[in-house]
Amino acid sequence: MTKVTMTVNGKSVSAETEGRTLLSSYLREGLGLTGTHIGCDTSQCGACVVHLNGRAVKSCTVFAQDVAGAEVRTIEGMANADGSLGVVQQAFQDHHGLQCGFCTPGMVMASAALLAENPKPTEAEVRHGLEGNICRCTGYHNIVKAVLAASGQDVAAVAAE
Amino acid sequence: MHNFEFVKPSTIADAVKAMAQDGAQALSGGQTLLPTMKQRLAQPETLVSLTGIPEMQGVCMGEGGLHVGAATLHVTVAQDAKALYPALSTLAGGIGDPAVRNRGTIGGSLANNDPAACYPAAVLASGATVVTNKRKIAADDYFQGMFTTALDDGEIITSVIFPVPQKAAYVKFNQPASRFALTAVFVAKHAGGVRVAVTGASNDGVFRWTEAETALSADFSPSAISGLTVDPTGMIADLHGTAAYRANLVKVLTGRAVAAAH
Repeated sequence: MTKVTMTVNGKSVSAETEGRTLLSSYLREGLGLTGTHIGCDTSQCGACVVHLNGRAVKSCTVFAQDVAGAEVRTIEGMANADGSLGVVQQAFQDHHGLQCGFCTPGMVMASAALLAENPKPTEAEVRHGLEGNICRCTGYHNIVKAVLAASGQDVAAVAAE
Repeated sequence: MHNFEFVKPSTIADAVKAMAQDGAQALSGGQTLLPTMKQRLAQPETLVSLTGIPEMQGVCMGEGGLHVGAATLHVTVAQDAKALYPALSTLAGGIGDPAVRNRGTIGGSLANNDPAACYPAAVLASGATVVTNKRKIAADDYFQGMFTTALDDGEIITSVIFPVPQKAAYVKFNQPASRFALTAVFVAKHAGGVRVAVTGASNDGVFRWTEAETALSADFSPSAISGLTVDPTGMIADLHGTAAYRANLVKVLTGRAVAAAH
């Protein structure tokens, strides 16, 4: 076993790992941060998306030992300091951007990364940017509306019905 | 997945040493290798991560064209090659999805040589050079069939050098579930002639459509290939498309790529 240290949601953390320990397992089992969901474990669904040094990655497709020392942000790090929902989270709630909620952590993390790069995306850009995140409730319309709302745009004006 | 020893060298020399061990396998972005290991289709004893080697990172103009470090992320090529080689930037920006582009690398894609991967088409159409720890391999010699390359055991791609064509475009017909190419074509107009590389279509992996190259070298317009047909023999046939469908796509996408080339 090898001890891996990284910064998760602003705190320095460490946990014991094997070579095969995935970042998703490191977060969930090593640190108890179970907000990161494992949907498919085959790199297709995006439920496990976290930010790795500011970029959205599928944490089930990264080895923990490969990212020792990295800055990681998970869904647990998305709320405001006072515990209220962050902008993207609040928009998902306001626009009912979730049904069963299983894909939501990955959707929120992918959306936040998308908005950091493109603060005023078009609807098409949101759909393109969330290509790697699958919602099996097929709640995409409201998810897209939530992302547009989180960007500060008038959803009724920019979203197709 | 079976366990393995993980090593992360910080120089090419140390990576080459680590790769000399029995059962060693190079790991780049891992966007194909990790799913493969989860299915136990690959069971390396040692994984040698190539993502911590500064000399294998980055995009810059240099001797022979655009130099791309083998461990450069797709997202970095999409951003940093935009002004230098727009068609390559477009290709990199259309691989997989954002999370894949934030982790996957050009060297990993080329070492794997998936028959539906995007990068092999750019490398072959550009007439690029694959640089390894021990030699330089011309694109025409590098690709040797589905998942097969000229790389020896333990050999590591360190960079790729792309001559920048006068005009080029990559047009991809997406397989929407996998986001690989159902078929895609990279057309590159060089001073010495046109090169057309096709991915996603053939059971032998990426290939050059030489009849179209001849026609387009004489007349670089979509109509130049209107009289040509593509033989469906040896084309991939699966539930997403028949061999004839893919053969037709090769022609259609080549025409679109010529029209889009700039």
